[in-house]
Amino acid sequence: MAGKTLYDKLWDAHVVRSEEDGSSLLYIDRQLLHEVTSPQAFEGLRLAGRKPWRVSASLAVPDHNVPTTERELGIVDPVARTQVETLDRNADEFGITEFKMGDIRQGIVHVIGPEQGATLPGMTIVCGDSHTSTHGALGALAFGIGTSEVEHVLATQCLVQKKSKSMLVRINGSVGTGVTGKDIVLSIIGKIGTAGGTGYAIEFAGEAIEELSVEGRMTVCNMAIEAGARAGMVAVDQKTIEYVKGRPYAPSEEQWPQAVEAWQELHSDADALFDYVVEFDGATIAPQVTWGTSPEMVVSIEDKVPNPDSEIDDVKRRGMEKALAYMGLDADTPIDSIAVDKVFVGSCTNSRIEDLREAAEVVKGRKIASNVKQVLIVPGSGLIKEQAESEGLDRVFVDAGFEWRDPGCSMCLAMNADRLEERERCASTSNRNFESRQGLNSRTHLVSPAMAVAAAVTGHFIDVRELVGGGD
Amino acid sequence: MEKFTQHKGLVVPMDRPNVDTDAIIPKQYLKSVKRAGFGPNLFDDWRYLDPGDPSIDNATRRINPDFVLNNSQYEGATVLLGRENFGCGSSREHAVWALTDYGIRAVIAPSFADIFFNNSFKNGLLPITLSENEVEQLFQEEAEGSGYQLQIDLEAQTVTVPEGGSFSFEIDEFRKYRLLNGLDDIGLTLQHEDSIRAYEAHRSSEAPWLFR
Ligand code: SF4
Repeated sequence: MAGKTLYDKLWDAHVVRSEEDGSSLLYIDRQLLHEVTSPQAFEGLRLAGRKPWRVSASLAVPDHNVPTTERELGIVDPVARTQVETLDRNADEFGITEFKMGDIRQGIVHVIGPEQGATLPGMTIVCGDSHTSTHGALGALAFGIGTSEVEHVLATQCLVQKKSKSMLVRINGSVGTGVTGKDIVLSIIGKIGTAGGTGYAIEFAGEAIEELSVEGRMTVCNMAIEAGARAGMVAVDQKTIEYVKGRPYAPSEEQWPQAVEAWQELHSDADALFDYVVEFDGATIAPQVTWGTSPEMVVSIEDKVPNPDSEIDDVKRRGMEKALAYMGLDADTPIDSIAVDKVFVGSCTNSRIEDLREAAEVVKGRKIASNVKQVLIVPGSGLIKEQAESEGLDRVFVDAGFEWRDPGCSMCLAMNADRLEERERCASTSNRNFESRQGLNSRTHLVSPAMAVAAAVTGHFIDVRELVGGGD
Repeated sequence: MEKFTQHKGLVVPMDRPNVDTDAIIPKQYLKSVKRAGFGPNLFDDWRYLDPGDPSIDNATRRINPDFVLNNSQYEGATVLLGRENFGCGSSREHAVWALTDYGIRAVIAPSFADIFFNNSFKNGLLPITLSENEVEQLFQEEAEGSGYQLQIDLEAQTVTVPEGGSFSFEIDEFRKYRLLNGLDDIGLTLQHEDSIRAYEAHRSSEAPWLFR
């Protein structure tokens, strides 16, 4: 018999019972909650007279709607305020731990989970948010769910699930300097497409993934959903274990050795079989920039905007034409000649301390370009903000003319006041370049933090390797 | 949950791939703490020419005459015909609530994004996967005349075109059973309370750090 994949192991350890039709009742170890997708779930519980099954399994935080400036004034938008207050009330009423807006531990839900050790290897983790795939970077099975399922997990600590197929994405060899987890995952999506992972749980492996830090792996797993896969994951190694050690919700000292021993098993067996395997060569990956309105519309910084005329598939060609018109771009324009209006560094994809360090490294001694109207740097949590300030990163950004903000989702989806004006073009470290994602009729180009700030200081996309290290 | 057994309804075509949940219901409407009332803002960015916000009365906004839902021919449509990867993007169930609130009972497409697909079943919205060719045929037939209606039979798992031909579709037995009977998932799961407790007892001895 073939060995087990990491996904098999995680799945098997959580099956409460199997149904005849192939679905399973799956036990959920951790549910993360935020203000946008939970109110209707709590309301449902209340209406049915139900209580949460296990309150200690839940952790709540407001992030989507919180302001990133002048927090002392509270939330100005009354509708957004109601939503955050509703979360506060629900958490209080049901006895669920919440990091409220004034708490230093508050931040983007997918950033604070791992930061607190509330995300652990071997767990099943859900959240009413598609980017829950992020947590798979620690060797966990983590996926986004809808609000009805949030209610279901609150009430039963379980979900009815069908097992996905398994896909292995292996990046062989190392990536070059200046190439990050973001570039790796964008290039994967460019190759397999936004529906390429639909129906699969993806395991990312290979030297390039092993060489990434745990934070870099989170960036990769974060965007598994952008490839259509609900879950992305990476095997546990020494880096994972070191990352978890000492975090507030990590196993106690007495339980630590036992936990580590169990975690050592969290990798695919050498003879495990996957339903689908794709391999890429890490050395060929250059910094990536999206040009369209879907994350699969991506090329490397050395390329040009593609020409729809060379696409034979009708539906695809029309999609490309629509995207180019929306983005205000001509076919065959060199990517590095595209000027940007604004820059956003943040989101659950790229707002962790290493992201900020990488960005600061590029910015040091440089200033915002004259054509760039605004650069927002939004750390992923209060603790990251504090850490960055202790390292003086905030000074580097502020001296360059950037804005140093409070933690939250911010301009990743522009639910709060941080948003683009119509037709403004933004270099963004977030994960979605859909139409109007960052503001009505705004134009988003997804890039790594280093690439984003490189555009901020030069005014247009540029190969960051020309600015630091790699170049002469 | 509303039952789904059989349904005959007018078809509205949404002829583009990768229709994402941001497009189905833009984020400014997610601030609501309710489940109802999203219908008037379904496909908001495409449906209106000026920006929308929960604080703005839709009646004061300029309608986009080129958008398919604004074509009077499609008034009262209950079946949405889509292209590949329908419902991709965020997990927001609000997208499904917006479709059902508008009156859509079924979406037919060659493929769906996972979370959207799951969310649909929780709300009595039937997502039907047909092959690329079948979907293409429906698009063509729809384009040929107005008032194009499809008959959907969940029990028989068929979609019947006006001429009488029909396509069959696949669906999980359990999902079908719940939809046909309009059953509450939570109630069904709680029937297995003892199994859940037994699992917890066993698991917490094996991995106690998960139960702090
Ligand atoms: S940062 Fe963006 S993608 Fe991440 S949870 Fe917030 S809104 Fe969603």
